[in-house]
Amino acid sequence: MHADIETPPAAVPTAEAVVEMRGITIRFPGVLALDQVDFSLRPGEVHALMGENGAGKSTLIKALTGVYAIDDGTIRVAGEDRVFGSTADAQSAGISTVYQEVNLCPNLSVGENVMLGHEPRGLRGIDWKATHREAARHLDSLGLHLDTRSLLSSHSIAVQQLVAISRATVLDARVLVLDEPTSSLDRDEVERLFAVVRGLRDQGVAILFVSHFLDQVYEISDRITVLRNGRLVGEHLAVDLPRSALVTQMVGRELVELEAISEIAERTIDRTGAPVLRASGVGKKGVLEPADVDVYDGEVVGIAGLLGSGRTELVRLLYGADRPDTGDVELNGSAARITSPRHAIRHRIAFSSENRRAEGILADLTVAENITIGIQARRGWHRRMRRAERDAVVKEYIEALGVRPADPNANAGNLSGGNQQKVLLARWLATAPELIILDEPTRGIDVGAKADIQRKVAELASQGLSVIFISSELEEVLRLAQRVVVMRDRRQLGVLESSAVDVQGLIDYMADGGEGSVA
Amino acid sequence: MNASTVTATRETVSRHTRTFLDRHASLMPTFAAVLIFAVLLIGAQIHFGTFLTPLNMSALLLDNAYLVILAVGMTFVIVTGGIDLSVGSVMALTGIWCADLLASGHSAAVVVPLIILAGAAIGLLIGVLVQYFDVQPFIASLAGLFLARGLAFVVSLDSIRVENESVLWLQTTRWRLGEWYITPTGVLALSVALIGAFVMQFTRFGRTVYAVGGNEQSARLMGLDVARTKVAVYVISGVCAGLAGLVLTAYSGAGYPRNGIGTELDVIAAVVIGGTLLTGGTGYVLGSLIGVLVFGTIKTVISFMGAEQAWTRIIIGLMLLMFIVVQRAIVVRAERRR
Repeated sequence: MHADIETPPAAVPTAEAVVEMRGITIRFPGVLALDQVDFSLRPGEVHALMGENGAGKSTLIKALTGVYAIDDGTIRVAGEDRVFGSTADAQSAGISTVYQEVNLCPNLSVGENVMLGHEPRGLRGIDWKATHREAARHLDSLGLHLDTRSLLSSHSIAVQQLVAISRATVLDARVLVLDEPTSSLDRDEVERLFAVVRGLRDQGVAILFVSHFLDQVYEISDRITVLRNGRLVGEHLAVDLPRSALVTQMVGRELVELEAISEIAERTIDRTGAPVLRASGVGKKGVLEPADVDVYDGEVVGIAGLLGSGRTELVRLLYGADRPDTGDVELNGSAARITSPRHAIRHRIAFSSENRRAEGILADLTVAENITIGIQARRGWHRRMRRAERDAVVKEYIEALGVRPADPNANAGNLSGGNQQKVLLARWLATAPELIILDEPTRGIDVGAKADIQRKVAELASQGLSVIFISSELEEVLRLAQRVVVMRDRRQLGVLESSAVDVQGLIDYMADGGEGSVA
Repeated sequence: MNASTVTATRETVSRHTRTFLDRHASLMPTFAAVLIFAVLLIGAQIHFGTFLTPLNMSALLLDNAYLVILAVGMTFVIVTGGIDLSVGSVMALTGIWCADLLASGHSAAVVVPLIILAGAAIGLLIGVLVQYFDVQPFIASLAGLFLARGLAFVVSLDSIRVENESVLWLQTTRWRLGEWYITPTGVLALSVALIGAFVMQFTRFGRTVYAVGGNEQSARLMGLDVARTKVAVYVISGVCAGLAGLVLTAYSGAGYPRNGIGTELDVIAAVVIGGTLLTGGTGYVLGSLIGVLVFGTIKTVISFMGAEQAWTRIIIGLMLLMFIVVQRAIVVRAERRR
């Protein structure tokens, strides 16, 4: 592909672009991460970069922000050719980035985080009064009225995210890159962030926006560029690109799969016998008010609620990761006490944490080791697995879940989020549990991997596995689960039959606690 | 005053307290150190009657000048989240080399810069290992510890007396104010602490040190020069160790290759007692100064009581334990509040 020979697509006026990336190619060992990608950003526009995990979004952003060096291609910023050796280079060219995880220093004050590296200095070093005054000015201009001398860590993640954006305004950014800034924010906080983004856009800043939430993308973006497998699929005005077309472009295949999943999940559960798990009045002071949960053979019980509603706290109590101070638990009809994850594993209960990086994947070990470590833990260290047995198990799960790359010896840390999640699922499935608790197994992973994981969960449940499934995406919960436990403010609101409620109904129920239409 | 104004006042007070805590949570451990220092001094004065004398207090600074200097360098390193175990050995090496060079007739004007450079060189080596070879600071500085100790024995196996007048002047001079006095070594130690505090609070380099300790990855993405900063803190610690070697040689009137065995641990203890978190990101140079003074006061109290000096270590050990628990509690509280 040579841009100078082929006519560029009509939708791409190049004259006024502030950033022009042409023919960007980046190779990693064994992988062509980006293949001749063109991308441009115009001032006063929000431009969404879309694609599945592994499509090359992050790689393209890292090329633009100076984290990765490009192997081929050119980057022009405001008409000048640039080669970025570091993030500092990119920042001095006017490109600032706000990442998914807040990249500020929690131990410093809000004002200092805004100004760090740009503090006004006098004869006696940094002029702190002026620094805080400047910081307050930048925060005020985004409608944030904070005590600039308070510690950053005393504020919520949402506010920290906004502070990170203020920092970008200090750098006098012409280009602001927002890499999944909303993944840990609630609705109001997202609105607040978007108000700030719109303000910056109106001041003529070019904004690159990445998110997995399609609603948000359509709410804020003027233009959408889609990547797939390291290649440019197309650039469109947001108004010209219907959602279904966007998803098709991202995934490259139709999502009939999701319908197939709903079909598997639509079945009646036999609730005559003893449930696999029955927890009554399980709670912990200051953490969760007593809640009741029961899960039958082959049933998927969803837990719905906002972040911080007590979803994770509930399953951690069930799994013994935290100790409940009230309540009784019955397993298959007989009373049991689960006070540690070891007990839970012995009772064939598995728990996959929402915190994939910190509590799940062992990044330095291989895929095979990550998968088999669960079995090994169950067997005890003195009974080593034979190599052939190990290889067979690993091969089976890599194929069953479609882990990519399908290489048992790949380092788990190098896999994309979706594939790491599949490896974790494989780890727990390999221990042959009776009940598996999945906390946000689909968060931050791409559409294709989400579908793969949902399909696998539905299939396993139809074969008799009991599942507790937590997700922020209510569509997923309703698609997979037969019953939904609804949580709010660390309290159980009730249990709904998922066939009797739709997404809006569930939202209403979460909002007014069953006093409204649905109950 | 009626009930509602009382409640209102209480609310205002608690809001102010909260604002203060939001702003200065990191100062709390240092306040605690100041408090303990005061309690120690007053307690000792009440018990012995003759503790808080000008002579005694002046001697406190004189006896611990080298520790103060080491603690300043160590604070830089620990605030970045690192550790420097080499300082005791580097102090011994620079001390014995200083004595050796002076004994063979070199001028102090040549020798002093040379030994400080030697300290800086070992610091640079550790810093480069940590930053560019990705070696754990514990291991890299342990290598520095062995290297410096070995080199100290290469210079001399026995102690070497110092007769150079300008070096001895550092120690023997007494600038007096009434019964109070201060030596050039004391002035040196206080200056190092003040310069260190200024650099940490009022320069971009100092703030980068805190940023690196708070979140290294963030600091890098914020466009700060993390690599240079991380190497620089070990160089600073090395320079301080070189200076401490000079001060200790002047103090004891001789260089000795077995000096400072275990001193690195005393220094780390003093820094932690002074309110610096071993996890990095929080700490004050002047806090470390207080930490050293607490350490020195405990030593003096023990010798006043005529007890074994082993008790110093036991008490310091208990205090460390207490401080680490307190710091941990503060961190946990901060995490909960989020």
